[in-house]
Amino acid sequence: MLSGRQLRLAALSAAALAYAATTSGALAQKKYDTGASDTEIRIGNIMPYSGPASAYGVIGKTEEAYFKMVNDAGGINGRKITFISYDDGYSPPKAVEQVRKLVESDEVLAVFNPLGTPSNTAIQKYLNGKKVPQLFVATGATKWNDPKNFPWTIGWQPSYQSEGQIYAKWLMKEKPNARIAVLYQNDDFGKDYLKGLKDGLGARAATMVIAEESYEVSEPTVDSHIVKLKSLDPDVVLSVTTPKFAAQTIKKIAELSWQPLQIVVNVSLSIGSVMKPAGFEASQGVLTAAYAKDGADPRWDDDPGMKKWTAFLDKYMPGADRTNSNLVYGYGAAQTLVKVLEMCGDDLTRANVMKQAASLKDFVPDTMLPGVKLNTSESDFAPISQLQMQRFKGEKWEPFGEIISGEVNTN
Amino acid sequence: MSAAEDVATDHAAVAAVPKKALALGPAASLVILLLLIATPLFVKNFIIFQMTMWLIYAIAVLALNILTGGSGQFSLGQSAFYALGAYTSAILMEHFNVNYVLTLPVSGAVCFLAGYLFGKPALRLSGIYLALATFALATAMPQLLKLGVFEHWTGGVQGLVVTKPDAPFALPMSQDMWLYYFTLAISIGIYLASVNLLRSRSGRAMMAIRDNEIAASAMGVDVALYKTLAFGVSAGITGVAGGLGAIAVQFVAPDGYTITLAIALFLGMVVGGVGWLPGSLAGSAFIVFVPNIAEGISKGLSGAVFGIILIVIIFVVPHGARQVAYGAQHLIGKLRRN
Repeated sequence: MLSGRQLRLAALSAAALAYAATTSGALAQKKYDTGASDTEIRIGNIMPYSGPASAYGVIGKTEEAYFKMVNDAGGINGRKITFISYDDGYSPPKAVEQVRKLVESDEVLAVFNPLGTPSNTAIQKYLNGKKVPQLFVATGATKWNDPKNFPWTIGWQPSYQSEGQIYAKWLMKEKPNARIAVLYQNDDFGKDYLKGLKDGLGARAATMVIAEESYEVSEPTVDSHIVKLKSLDPDVVLSVTTPKFAAQTIKKIAELSWQPLQIVVNVSLSIGSVMKPAGFEASQGVLTAAYAKDGADPRWDDDPGMKKWTAFLDKYMPGADRTNSNLVYGYGAAQTLVKVLEMCGDDLTRANVMKQAASLKDFVPDTMLPGVKLNTSESDFAPISQLQMQRFKGEKWEPFGEIISGEVNTN
Repeated sequence: MSAAEDVATDHAAVAAVPKKALALGPAASLVILLLLIATPLFVKNFIIFQMTMWLIYAIAVLALNILTGGSGQFSLGQSAFYALGAYTSAILMEHFNVNYVLTLPVSGAVCFLAGYLFGKPALRLSGIYLALATFALATAMPQLLKLGVFEHWTGGVQGLVVTKPDAPFALPMSQDMWLYYFTLAISIGIYLASVNLLRSRSGRAMMAIRDNEIAASAMGVDVALYKTLAFGVSAGITGVAGGLGAIAVQFVAPDGYTITLAIALFLGMVVGGVGWLPGSLAGSAFIVFVPNIAEGISKGLSGAVFGIILIVIIFVVPHGARQVAYGAQHLIGKLRRN
């Protein structure tokens, strides 16, 4: 005769056995790598929360808030996202240390949206060696679209080269006889754009681009370069500049009472840090290209996507400054990751995460301009490659024309 | 008397550390050494990597300690020598396929020369003025590394990716563990050499300059020679640390060697105790691990938390780890007597 206690024990172990039997049946279809389980998906990230690039830290905070929203709504297929984000201070050695901590100590499934070209270069070899996905890196360098050599690294935003190509396409159509002068920053950022422009112009690059003037980041002002460009009398100026120099360029061109067609690159489309310092009057008619909506633009007040974005900010990031484009960026990137994880279903292996990240078909995050779609394939690791031209009018950007694609072939 | 002389002569720039107190006693040294050897056997690769970085920064802090604690000169430019060493190793390894072990002496030699040459004009400066001159060096370095002229070698802003070495002789250990023991061996060598240097005739000459430059020159010490030598030796050792850092991180880029690194090394020296060589380990631990602790407490305010920890340390133990170690020594002595 079994005592009450033994009976309970027997019942318990029988129940446990039964439970194990049923769940192991289910487990046969579920596949997990380190960092994923029935209840949780661990995602790692590095961001410059401190140091010279700390303004970008908002991106990490937005993503964290976004995942909290997803978790509050029940998670992804019942699994909650644990988002572990560390500070690398924009320093490559620190980035390596933090990413190793994420992979080896926190055991994340994937590293998502790490920011900065130097930091991503520093961790790329390590992550590819360990076969850990380096998902949707937050940099515009073109080299992330290289599935052959780095099958575990995938980009997100349009690369500088594809943006350069888009300007080339637009100019060939609208101003086929343009005499283009390019002012560019003498580093990988500037050279990537220049290459994109020339590739886009193709055989006509030699005749259309009449001047290439470079400046060093260390120079206090680009005024002398502008004067030199004016003497060559181009009718289009492409300003491949970071915000400070972009503002100087617009201002100097206005001071010279010179009226070429001006294009500033997407990096410097900020109204607060470029257009306003340059002067709204001087900035009228300046062109750029964009892929995301502007959070401060009242045009999108009734847009369903931006309504969701606003609701998200109100609930999860109260007090956030809506003119900060990083809030739009972080939201879009986080939404892309959630989409990929949903597509993974119950097969949460690192290989499948990469496979799904490379199988995006016409995915449209809430924050994209109408018509911009994310597409990836086994040979295309550049999700966003479409932009729309915008013209500065009054105190804001006005999109015009069609969505233009710039496909960069790295092979 | 000019302000510069004022700083140089009226106040000793650095509290004088007695010569015999430069190193730890044999028992304490042995315990620390055993811990350093044994710990990696029980921890994850990631921790081993962190410990490697800890040792590498300790070497760099030690180098600064020789300069400041030994010869009384300030430098905020150590990051420049660290970068030079890192790039020398990386370029030799990636462009010339030189074995990583052989690149380190080259890095050391290149940096020794650079430090010696920089020390020449810097002789005219002392105290805070020298600190500012070296500060300029640290600010200039990342930009020099980005210059188009060198881009073919340095990789420009993109930097250079370095291949991590495997353990030799088919030793059954991971790359990280091998690199740790390799770094440990070099650290011990540099530590012993540094202690011997400061205990030698040259070390005495440097310390005499530190304590009173005029008195030292009156006694026949060649002030110019020893000051530049101290600069050269310090830069050379920093260069070796930089080379090791490049191998451990597997990547060099201009943005890794900004003024922030120079300040971190300076911080490490102060926290470890100026002029007390074993303190370099403690100081380096501070700059490697405390930012992580601060981040763990608050992500948004990690800088502020770090600042508070630093202020508390400076307030409670102004002489850093040296003070803690001496305090512990006294306590143990007392307990023994009772």
